Amino acid sequence: MFTERLTLRAWGLMLPLVLVMLAVIGWPLADTVRLSFTDARLVGTGGGFVGFDNYADMLGSRNFRKALAATLTFSIWSVAAELCLGVLVGLLLNQRFYGRTLLRALMILPWALPTVVNATLWRLIYNPEYGALNAALTQLGLADSYQSWLGLPGTAMTALIVADVWKNFPLVALIALAALQAVPRDIQAAATSDGANAWQRFRHVTLPYLVGPLMVALVLRTIEAFKVFDLIWIMTRGGPANSTRSLSLLVYQEAFAFQRAGSGASLALIITLIITVLAVAYLALMRRAAGQGG
Amino acid sequence: MEHRSLGFAIFVHLAALIVALAVLAPLAWLFVMSISSPADLSAKPLHWWPDTIDLSRYRQLLTPETGAAFLASLRNSIEVAGMATLGALIVGIPAGWAASRNPGLGWTLGAVIATYMLPPVALSVPLYLILAKLGLLNNVFGLALVYLSILAPFVTWLLKAGFDPIPRDLEQAAAIDGANLWQLLRIVIVPLAMPVVATALIFAFLLAWDEFFYGLLFTSNQDAKTLSVAIADLAGGRVSDYGLIAAAGVIAALPPVAVGLLMQRALISGLTNGGVKG
Amino acid sequence: MKPTRIAALMAATALTGTAALAETELNALFMAQAAYSEDDIRAMTASFEEANPDVSVTLEFVPYEGLHDKTVLSMGSGGAYDVVLFDVIWPAEYAGNDVLVDVTDKITDEMKSGILPGAWTTVDYDGKSYGMPWILDTKYLFYNKEMLAEAGVDAPPATWDELRAAAQKVKDAGLVEYPIAMSWAQAEAAVCDYTTLLSAYGGDFIADGKPAFQTGGGLQALDYMTTSITDGLTNPNSREFLEEDVRAVFQNGDAAFALNWTYMYNLANAGEDSAVAGKVGVVAAPGVEGVSEHSAVNGSMGLGITTTSQNPDAAWDYIVHMTSQPVQNEYARLSLPIWESSYSDPAVTEGQEELIEAAGKGLAVMYPRPMTPNYQEMSMALQQGIQEALLGMASPQDALEGAAENSGL
Repeated sequence: MFTERLTLRAWGLMLPLVLVMLAVIGWPLADTVRLSFTDARLVGTGGGFVGFDNYADMLGSRNFRKALAATLTFSIWSVAAELCLGVLVGLLLNQRFYGRTLLRALMILPWALPTVVNATLWRLIYNPEYGALNAALTQLGLADSYQSWLGLPGTAMTALIVADVWKNFPLVALIALAALQAVPRDIQAAATSDGANAWQRFRHVTLPYLVGPLMVALVLRTIEAFKVFDLIWIMTRGGPANSTRSLSLLVYQEAFAFQRAGSGASLALIITLIITVLAVAYLALMRRAAGQGG
Repeated sequence: MEHRSLGFAIFVHLAALIVALAVLAPLAWLFVMSISSPADLSAKPLHWWPDTIDLSRYRQLLTPETGAAFLASLRNSIEVAGMATLGALIVGIPAGWAASRNPGLGWTLGAVIATYMLPPVALSVPLYLILAKLGLLNNVFGLALVYLSILAPFVTWLLKAGFDPIPRDLEQAAAIDGANLWQLLRIVIVPLAMPVVATALIFAFLLAWDEFFYGLLFTSNQDAKTLSVAIADLAGGRVSDYGLIAAAGVIAALPPVAVGLLMQRALISGLTNGGVKG
Repeated sequence: MKPTRIAALMAATALTGTAALAETELNALFMAQAAYSEDDIRAMTASFEEANPDVSVTLEFVPYEGLHDKTVLSMGSGGAYDVVLFDVIWPAEYAGNDVLVDVTDKITDEMKSGILPGAWTTVDYDGKSYGMPWILDTKYLFYNKEMLAEAGVDAPPATWDELRAAAQKVKDAGLVEYPIAMSWAQAEAAVCDYTTLLSAYGGDFIADGKPAFQTGGGLQALDYMTTSITDGLTNPNSREFLEEDVRAVFQNGDAAFALNWTYMYNLANAGEDSAVAGKVGVVAAPGVEGVSEHSAVNGSMGLGITTTSQNPDAAWDYIVHMTSQPVQNEYARLSLPIWESSYSDPAVTEGQEELIEAAGKGLAVMYPRPMTPNYQEMSMALQQGIQEALLGMASPQDALEGAAENSGL
């Protein structure tokens, strides 16, 4: 009887959250689905049913393919770099050295810096005429002259990725560190006395402890990277020649700048679908890794 | 493990130094820019430290006469983040506890957390239309309500993870003593879970403080414009004075950075419990 | 309401500087970029509030890049803005979406006869007026007199070919690495510079309802831009410059020539933070031999009342004040008046005779960007095309053909 009452009660306790989520997510999402089948405009007239026209138009457009490519490039490289750097720095933080506590404390700083401030800061650093990066490179003799970073398609995306990695790799490092601290010392020692080299120890003793937390970080960072808006909005606004225009920027443009709410909604749902597929694929991977006793 | 060669020790220290520099240099430069004169900032070769320390930007931003817009955005950010955090805790504490005590509710929580995958652009158009209809566009309450969509799932998840290790015996004892639900939560659960509630509160506040996209779309003027939007405006407009942008950035970064440093231990445990800030 | 909450509110109100007496509150949206400075606009507004103690105006400044979207998005929230600044290219779209109030009937005969005809094109669409012209602006060619003299260039260039030759001389003399600074970032600024050149080469944006900028003068314009970068004459960083970056480079003495709006003249020539003060020359943007004497883009802007305004009458009073001749004459250092007779008023012309002379030529040949409700989309396509050519990703011809295809026209 106790349990039964608790279940009813549990539902009651859940209710406020569920209601709030229905109001601020469920309903808007349903409305986005409705809008995506119409030619509704943001302000004013329109709203007739147009079937799958919006989806067809969006999927067939050059802009969509370009933005998808840009988003994938950004996500894959920044997440990969964040994970690699994060694990390496996590391993480093797990060593003993002078100032270890201080360095661990410093790692929280980039994470705490607001994204908008981070973007602004890097935009100033990359300034082609008066930026610190150009100044540092030339004064160190690494470059002959100042150059554009955010204004060239070859470097703009890399510059964005660097800014994103700088902000987010410390988080991965801290997650990795926490996982490493859970590795029992005696197993390490046993492996060493069994004659395992450093790589074998990492692969067979340490890595299994890292996989779980890192998979979580991987999923969350990938989702975040795929949704990227503010960083790009502030640093390049999608330029040069729209080479860094992410899918989220494209939706903004379509729905708000051009006021085509209908096709903007369809594009937003296409992005949602891609993210869902990615996340489900990751989760399946995680399950399999866990199933193999990793 | 214990006998490390000297070479390895040097390597570790060198690597640590490089990491420290890589993390600190951009931040230090942000601060230096904020106290450098425009001439120092446009000099070639660049002056890495100003000839005279120029605090005029901070004065300009923080005095009511010259910094009214900036101060208003600071206040809006505090209000919006505060209200949204409060709201998230109000719905998150009971839900997190219920989910923690009833594994059968796991799927509900899972569904709530899955909304994290939704890009804000997928909700923005209807949210805009709804807020417009309710007269809540360009309004701190409206924005706080929208921020709930980000904070509530996150907070609930963190809290559930924090409630899990708290033994059930205590609640059962309290229930048998005749405590009602409210008393149970207030007297037993929340005090025991205080550390995790505090962590959730901080995370939620920082998430709201960081938010930009909804702020950009749903605010128009000093009534509701948040700090992140104000900074983006500065960065994209009359940017001849890089120091001013930097000073605004420093001010916006101070609260989260201070919290981050002070509450480091709690934050890291929160992060590694699976909670990751966006 | 608890007393503390009220006290907090009062303190907050005091912080934002809202006068407690005011009965009518207006919100006005301006841009923090080019033309009148924020300080100027605040001062103009203060004089309005002084004359109308029952009205208080809250000012909001956003970058030009955010001006259009902010205006459109605010339409959902009644009264977010009563008065908005709008660019010459938006009335078509705003009229279609019912953003601005039709003020045709409020315009007096004195306004009609006193204000320059070119200025009216800023606010008129389809025979109706959607506001008052406020900023009468076009892009001028600025030059560093000292550098030109040192390089042996006797007169400022009168044609774009002469500009090329003069820039080469400056470059050869080793005065600066890249003599010309332009605002060719992926933004409206690039379209403005392109329009200037298109008008010089006698091109058309649209002919017979179809895009025509990918042929003739439009193609020559982009060819010129592209070549000037590959020749090392225009600063390659121009591809990420906005107007303020151009000003920073020019007034730091890192460029000999620059194309920019009126506001740069007094800031660069008399500004405290300018390294080239007193050395700045300005002329109307050059022409092309046999085609045009000068070139100019219509970069004017107007002030309008939003249809969501609760106080359209007070808003109109404010607009009338901001666009009135005395106010415009008083703040004529960063933006020239819309009033014809101001140009013969010594108080306006004194100390900026060069600018006034350039304006006489430039304003007369201002070339419009297309008046279409889909301007934003067309402009975005054009920006991408211009950048693709400037970055060497496509030939000017291919880039413009791609833009024409994507333009939605």
